[in-house]
Amino acid sequence: MAEHAPPSRVTYDYVTRTIARTLGSPTRGYFLLLGAAVALLLVGIVTLLYLLRYGLGLAGYSHPVYWAVFITCFVFWVGIAHSGTLISAILFLFRSGWRTAVYRTAEAMTVFAVMTAGLFPLIHIGRQWYFYWLIPYPNERGLWPNFKSPLIWDEFAIGTYFTVSTVFLIMGLIPDIAAVRDLATGWRKKLYALTSLGWTGANEQWRHYTRGYLYLAALATPLVLSVHSVVSWDFAMAIVPGWHATLFAPYFVAGAIYSGVAMVITLLVPIRKLFHLEEIITLHHFENLAKLCLLTGSIVSFSYMTENFVAWFSGNPHERAAFWYRAFGEYWWASWTMNICNGLLPWLLWSKTVRTNITALFVISIFVNIGMWFERYVIIVVSLAGEPYEPWANAVYNPTWADWGIMAGSFGWFFMWFLLFVKNFPAVSISEVKEVLPPPKRQAARAGAH
Amino acid sequence: MTTHLRLPLPKPIQDIIHPPPTPGVLGVFSYLDSTLDAIKKLRAAGHTEFTVYSPVPRHEIEDALGQSVSPVRAFTLIGGIAGCAIGAWLSLWMSYDWPVVVGGKPVGSIPPYVIIMFEMTILFGALSTILGIVFNAAFAARRSGTIQYDERFTNDRFGIFVPADSSQASGVESLLKQSGAEEVRRG
Repeated sequence: MAEHAPPSRVTYDYVTRTIARTLGSPTRGYFLLLGAAVALLLVGIVTLLYLLRYGLGLAGYSHPVYWAVFITCFVFWVGIAHSGTLISAILFLFRSGWRTAVYRTAEAMTVFAVMTAGLFPLIHIGRQWYFYWLIPYPNERGLWPNFKSPLIWDEFAIGTYFTVSTVFLIMGLIPDIAAVRDLATGWRKKLYALTSLGWTGANEQWRHYTRGYLYLAALATPLVLSVHSVVSWDFAMAIVPGWHATLFAPYFVAGAIYSGVAMVITLLVPIRKLFHLEEIITLHHFENLAKLCLLTGSIVSFSYMTENFVAWFSGNPHERAAFWYRAFGEYWWASWTMNICNGLLPWLLWSKTVRTNITALFVISIFVNIGMWFERYVIIVVSLAGEPYEPWANAVYNPTWADWGIMAGSFGWFFMWFLLFVKNFPAVSISEVKEVLPPPKRQAARAGAH
Repeated sequence: MTTHLRLPLPKPIQDIIHPPPTPGVLGVFSYLDSTLDAIKKLRAAGHTEFTVYSPVPRHEIEDALGQSVSPVRAFTLIGGIAGCAIGAWLSLWMSYDWPVVVGGKPVGSIPPYVIIMFEMTILFGALSTILGIVFNAAFAARRSGTIQYDERFTNDRFGIFVPADSSQASGVESLLKQSGAEEVRRG
């Protein structure tokens, strides 16, 4: 760690002021970004209104492909949501000091990505006003949800994940809101005084807070690993070739963390630049994120190889046909986008030059996310389209403007929340960044004076 | 004067919302080691009810104060066990309340329900942990409303507030100064 020691001018005071400065008056660039996000969201809203008026037939569904872009986007956004809790909970338990500078961004990203993901099952069911049927509530017919259905497991998993990651984010924010409260003036002071819940940093508060945070991290850790496993069982529990594999849970979890870490890089690069956080979020942090990407990307590549090997080795003609169709059927371009972006691209990260080049990382991270979106598209759409049990019913599914409109809207929705968050609450943890700095000591100050 | 137009609150509620200030001495420290020094001296002098402010949690401060482990862990444990039980009850009772028999298989089958039990364990464990933190820290917050605080404590200064009446105050003041407080205030 010594070689990554921060420069001596990065003191407690420097950290508080640098991060508090990110909350100042928004610039024109910020408003442009926010405007773009809201415009995208409006595209989504208008598309949704059309879907409500004319029905789901506007989307490209065609027999037997009834899980398509909406479910692809759902899995994509849930996947994005995974690195946040990985960085904030798992790396917290591992005592990784470097996580402190990046975890708040990742956690906020998690919460907003789950909020985005949650929209898709609702859009997908077509009649949003019946969504409450998913909830076990006493009704006049005495019906209850089927707890043997992976869709109900998913609802419990995503619901728990959203709740826990939100409270985790809010818990982490409290001492930092108190720190900006003590610097702020005007309406912001009132807002922060209210939301910091009377935090003063007294020893009795820290005593309960640090313990509670540890337990939250300990609970969130198995949760991260379970959520995407449960999402993968939405597919793996069915008998569709290309879905029905025991490999799915670890494969999905690794893929989720891979795409999530890539998204953290995509978001951190502009934030660091816009908010002048170069001293706090350093190359060292980016390099570590790139290493996480390399690790999880390698697991994903290995899973691709295993999947194809097992399809061949099983001797099952349907399984073999499904994977042949995947690589050389109508959707060859989707499969090869996925293979190149996820399977080959991360190999560049073996090079330290690439890992420490922020532009290169930014570009790679975007390609990884494109690749991961296509991975879900390939798994969901291509497996269904190539389904061998109804050979006469195979269809080439093509997404329509309604699919793309909803997808664009989801990006708008996500970035709108994210942009509003980073301008109103500390996007980098103040107290945790200070925690990894050497504390101010009288002895050190004296030695420095001589 | 318009303040007399306000309805006077009953005394106990008034005490909770606007508690009377606690008399005492506040020391502001720039350095962690001098803060630790002051904590040790205060404990040696028989003070127990003082509050230490710090911008970051430091194990050194915890050790110097000799604090016991926070009771939050009991909340987490009870919440987790309760969640697991609720998950089991929810899935099993609802299955038997409207039995859907498929292929003569058990109506309440444990393996898939483990997932529900697991998720509910985490959900209730996490929520009761939050409850535990808020519940326990509320007592600290309650007291913090009555004692002196300085806005620098969330930035880069450490602080110690020692409740002391006028007879003890000067002794505490000199003790804090001796340990290296850069500022000492009486309130």
